[in-house]
Amino acid sequence: MTEFAGPLIGSSHRPRAWRFRSLLWIPIAIGSILFQVYTPQFISYLSFLEAPLLVTVHYALTRREPVHGLLAGCAIGLAQDAFSHNPIGLFGIAKTLAGYLAGNLSQRVNVDNFVIRFLAGFTFFFFHQFLYWALASALLAQKLAMDPVQTLVMSVLNALVAVPLFSALDKL
Amino acid sequence: MENDISRYRNIAALVVVLGAQFLLLAYQVKGRQDVPVVRLWASSAFAPVARGVSALRENTIGVVEHYAGLASAQNDNVRLRSELDRLKLENQFLKNELRTASNAQALAMFLPTSPQRLLAARIIGASTTPGSRVLFLDRGARDGVRERMAVITPDGIAGRIGAVRPGGAQLILVTDLNFAAGVITERSRVQGVLKGQGHASVLVEYVQNEDKVAVGEMLFTSGDDVDFPKGLPVGEVKISRRGRGLFKEIFVEPAGLARGLDSVLIVLQGVPQELPAPSTATPESVKEAPLAVAAPGAPLPIDADKILQKYERISEANRHRMGAGPAPSFTLTAPAAPPPAPPAGAKP
Repeated sequence: MTEFAGPLIGSSHRPRAWRFRSLLWIPIAIGSILFQVYTPQFISYLSFLEAPLLVTVHYALTRREPVHGLLAGCAIGLAQDAFSHNPIGLFGIAKTLAGYLAGNLSQRVNVDNFVIRFLAGFTFFFFHQFLYWALASALLAQKLAMDPVQTLVMSVLNALVAVPLFSALDKL
Repeated sequence: MENDISRYRNIAALVVVLGAQFLLLAYQVKGRQDVPVVRLWASSAFAPVARGVSALRENTIGVVEHYAGLASAQNDNVRLRSELDRLKLENQFLKNELRTASNAQALAMFLPTSPQRLLAARIIGASTTPGSRVLFLDRGARDGVRERMAVITPDGIAGRIGAVRPGGAQLILVTDLNFAAGVITERSRVQGVLKGQGHASVLVEYVQNEDKVAVGEMLFTSGDDVDFPKGLPVGEVKISRRGRGLFKEIFVEPAGLARGLDSVLIVLQGVPQELPAPSTATPESVKEAPLAVAAPGAPLPIDADKILQKYERISEANRHRMGAGPAPSFTLTAPAAPPPAPPAGAKP
């Protein structure tokens, strides 16, 4: 127990400001899901934006911990699944992997760089969409349309949004 | 030891979390069971916020929109008053009012005229799934809404109720991949199954290639499924062509979604209706159909008709009236067509 108790319970010794920022992520995550559910109803051209994924990726990148990233991705993904009529777990799996990989990436490169953030936004969006399509096709036998060109364009748009969004979230 | 744990901790956590989610998926797919706790929690957390945002929007942007619309209507009114007489002005004003009426007003007008027992509901959110066409309504089990109830607009069917919560419900649109309903065509009364495709148009399946379904023809619910009462408008056929296998490929534009969706009507108790009489307009595909040798509106000749025509020609050649006297010799062939007339001025 004492051998690895430190890393597991270390969070209780974090500074108060750090804990406050941790709690701040909960409304941010809920807000991103509400944005995804509610905004396209009134501003249809914003439906390309995968706000929960961008929040997951930013959380994983700033924490620099794959486990934190995958847990955040899992929680946000499952909540997103709850608003779909598909079986729960598709978004969960896709975002878990995205969060894990983003956490791993943050340990290897400087993710404060704008170019890296743009590339991360682009890559993780495309990966997320492809993974969702693959899971829905393979596990649920759903005939989802996957247009590579459209997905690439949406990846670029999400990456363009990701850069200022990540900067804004950094300041919180 | 500590190094080993930290080395494998990340990948172990990933395997555990992914494995748990795969098991959850397998449980739902294999057992065809939902996880209502997660959905109920999410819905309960979401609905009050969504209602608040919706009310805020209606009381801010909505008021401005209505005011702008009112100002525009007043300007129109003044301009028309100077140009037209009183009767024409009133008529024009009513037409403008009807044209600019919101969906909610249209629903209010439609409600008392429909024989169905209906419940008006407002849309407060959309699903997050790509390719899915699922919306969230502000009416739920408390209002008497149940799963699989039909949802319509004054123009046609909009979808079907999915999961129902106490304060809200899911609306699975006709364009959703999981939507299906029995339909019947207006003219030829051919039955098929309407299926959503995840995009704007929907597909009608299981209509045989031999059946005639014309472009422009209206489809109605057939009432075969227990969800939709017979006779509700579904949409207009946009594409009708031979399929690769036994069945035609028919694409339909859903009439119920044509004007966008702000509010809908839930059919609490459906009443089957008579299908309207087929329209007399000649559909486009009948004009272009290669086998359409008959006059428009007339039944196409089948083999029995051809045999009857052959015997009529033989009877005429024998000067025999069919159905009277002894049977003529049907071994005779029909007379050959007369030779072409010689050109003018030619000598015999």
